[in-house]
Amino acid sequence: MATVSLNSGLILAAILFVIGFVGLITRRNLIVVLACIEIMLNAAGLAFVVAGARWGRADGQVMFLFVLAMAAAEVAVGLALAIRFRQALGRLDIDAADEMRG
Amino acid sequence: MMHLLWLIPALPLAGFVLLTLLNRRLSRTAAAVIGAGSVGLAALVAIAVSASFMLSPPAGHHFHQVLWTWFDTGGLRPQVAFYLDAMTVVFILVITFVGFLIHLYSTEFMEHDEGFTRFFMYMNLFVASMLVLVLADNLLLLYLGWEGVGMCSYFLIAFWQKDAQNVYCGRKAFIITRIGDTALIVGLFLLFTHYHTLAIQPLMHAVGQAPAGAAVVVAAAWLLLGGAVGKSAQLPLQTWLPDAMAGPTPVSALIHAATMVTAGVYLIARTHVLYTAAPDVRLAVAIIGTVTLLYAGFSAFAQKDIKRSLAYSTVSQIGYMFLALGVAGWDAGIFHFMTHAFFKALLFLGAGVVIEALADEHDIFKMGGLRRELPVVFWTFTIGAASLAALPLVTAGYYSKDLIISTSLGSVDGSAWLWAGAVAGALLTGIYSFRLVFLVFFGEQKTPVTRRPRWRMQTPLVVLAVLSVIGGFVWLPEWMGGWKPFEQFLSTALPTTDAGGWAFGLGEATILEVVSLTGIAVAYLLWMRRRAATAVFAARPAPDALERYWRAGWGFDWLYEHMFVIPVEWFAHVARNDLVEPVVKGIASLNVLAWRGLSASQNGLLRLYIAVAGAGLAVIIAVVVLR
Amino acid sequence: MTTLFYIAGAVAIIATIMVVTRSQLVHALLYLVISLFAVAVVFFTLGAPFVAALEVIVYAGAIMMLFVFAVMLLDVRAQKPPRMPRSAWAGPVILIAVLLAELVYGITLHDHALAGGSVGPTQVSAALFGPYVLGVELASMLLLAALIGARHVAAEPTGAAAGEADAGTTGPEEAPEVPPAPEGVQG
Repeated sequence: MATVSLNSGLILAAILFVIGFVGLITRRNLIVVLACIEIMLNAAGLAFVVAGARWGRADGQVMFLFVLAMAAAEVAVGLALAIRFRQALGRLDIDAADEMRG
Repeated sequence: MMHLLWLIPALPLAGFVLLTLLNRRLSRTAAAVIGAGSVGLAALVAIAVSASFMLSPPAGHHFHQVLWTWFDTGGLRPQVAFYLDAMTVVFILVITFVGFLIHLYSTEFMEHDEGFTRFFMYMNLFVASMLVLVLADNLLLLYLGWEGVGMCSYFLIAFWQKDAQNVYCGRKAFIITRIGDTALIVGLFLLFTHYHTLAIQPLMHAVGQAPAGAAVVVAAAWLLLGGAVGKSAQLPLQTWLPDAMAGPTPVSALIHAATMVTAGVYLIARTHVLYTAAPDVRLAVAIIGTVTLLYAGFSAFAQKDIKRSLAYSTVSQIGYMFLALGVAGWDAGIFHFMTHAFFKALLFLGAGVVIEALADEHDIFKMGGLRRELPVVFWTFTIGAASLAALPLVTAGYYSKDLIISTSLGSVDGSAWLWAGAVAGALLTGIYSFRLVFLVFFGEQKTPVTRRPRWRMQTPLVVLAVLSVIGGFVWLPEWMGGWKPFEQFLSTALPTTDAGGWAFGLGEATILEVVSLTGIAVAYLLWMRRRAATAVFAARPAPDALERYWRAGWGFDWLYEHMFVIPVEWFAHVARNDLVEPVVKGIASLNVLAWRGLSASQNGLLRLYIAVAGAGLAVIIAVVVLR
Repeated sequence: MTTLFYIAGAVAIIATIMVVTRSQLVHALLYLVISLFAVAVVFFTLGAPFVAALEVIVYAGAIMMLFVFAVMLLDVRAQKPPRMPRSAWAGPVILIAVLLAELVYGITLHDHALAGGSVGPTQVSAALFGPYVLGVELASMLLLAALIGARHVAAEPTGAAAGEADAGTTGPEEAPEVPPAPEGVQG
């Protein structure tokens, strides 16, 4: 079975990560921001799995599972915050949350 | 018993800690019990330790107690260790016993003061520091005590800190003694770099091996003398002591008469080997002592404030001690320290009663006629003044001063000039001490008595008066039989001096007797019999100007003001915009700029924060990857 | 397998770009599902079938379900999607291009072939409940904390707290009507 090189997998993870990062910086909709964070976490998980596959070990996948658990927790709290955000400010634009300026 | 030595400084220190921790929760009674009780217990322990030291002298006539190693760095390994020899025994007895009497006195003297607990806190810390100073087995621990007493002195002079003048006086005392302290610590550095130890006994042994007049020994002796001069208020660093009278009177009695100001005497006596090896410096000690005792005698003579007069008298008497040390009469200096501690503490405490009784009146010309109003004070104060004036045969001061005067001529280092100065000083002492007695207790009463002392203030007066009389009988001159237990006792720690035979001593003593009686008689004439004529004479322009000059301490304050303070202030004013200033201001404005920039960056825009975090990430990766 | 990896990777990249660029929220979320599926395929090609299944079940299933619920709760349609000016993309894209270039440069310094073969659920489970069991426990606690936290954060400020707040604000006027507290309470 022809195998993929380590670099291809890691570069794919890096590309996904930076795309998520662009979204994080540019998008103002809170839900999309959360989705972008999911993309970045997913990319980080991908990097773990690739690294695990490099050695043919299960550790990378275990780490992915932890990332997954964290992502689930994060998105649950994040969406709850989004709901409160909407109630408090009347919209989902994160630029509206600039009241705590120094 | 001697292993209890560590308790002597530890007890007042414990009192200090207790008073500090429980400060506001203590009632006045409890604070008084802790404050005076800790020093009282220390006095009991000191008596027990001293008794055991005298009855069964340890090997080599000294006792060494190592508690722990203070620190150990770069070859400097000072120990917290106490060294007890005959000289130290004298000092700890005087400090704890006189200290206890003054604490007892203070419990009544300060009873209406709002800073009652604070007062005893500082006093206990002072006693602990002073004991560390005299018990220290190395010069670094001695320096710790030295700075400790200086600090407590500053706190206590400025004790009534709501008056800016008192704080100013405290600051003056601190800064001027600091000049001497700096010389002392430099001297310690010099000794350490040369001999690689600061433990006094090995150090003195090493110094004793050095050839006489070796440069390092002479330099160290000068520097240590600088410290002693500052602490003991000798010329030219004497100006702080009269101003130190701004503190409460018990402070003046304990710190600025009996104990701390004699730390310089202790230091020189403790390092006497150094001064034996540097005869030039020893001569300087004698000259400083003589000039100071004359200078301060004249100044004391012209004071109007009773406490300032006594302060100048203290300077003068310490001058006698310096004179004794300068002519190698180490034991005579210690003897005078002891008797002086008794009678000067007595005089200050008596003055404190008078000042309290007359509602804080310091001017002796507004006192008078208190002989019947305050009989106990009158008698004890008179005994103290008589001891100060060296009233022949019956007072302690006579024996110690006689010894110093005869040593100043009879010792191998003695000279007629020093002797003449000392005798003239004795005349002045007689005049100014009985001037106080006659002006304060005789004549007509000018100010009503509002408060009378009770037993806690009177007991110390009586005890000190008794000591001022009998304290001298431990060292009788040759012509009186030569019973000298004190000299024999001290001879285990200090080299003795031969002050001449009995015929010489008798002639000497006769001269002193005549002189001191003359002084008292002059005072009687001037301020008892012819008081009105004296007042008329003193009001004439020339005597009045002279008196003003003397009262201002020969203008030393003015001189220092114009020599040091005003030029420094002028320079500071001129140098306000020097090269350093823009740098300092630049740093400040840079901070303001950074603050503006950083606070502008906190604009609450989360996306900007993330972008900046990303940029930071890019930079970090660039550094790590592209390195 | 290699071909599948590259195809799936390309799909994942394109779908993710779509997620970031779509202005309609629901469109973006649908593209996110596609992206996650593509990554699942990538996992499969890397010889990690267990993780691929989890990616589909948890990410594309459970987490996406959360998003959909949130969109429903928030009534996103009423919101006019904020318009993104084209210039707003320039700075982030440059920044990210730099970051990506660095990452790719760093990654390509060394290359290795993957070990090949597949690491199945058995091995992963053995590792999970062997050396990583503490991490599993921690993850479970994290999820529990997230559950409670989400409930707490999203809950309307109603009930006792709201009642107290009302009583606090209207206290002065209503004070006469409030019955005095029974004495026994103090005891």
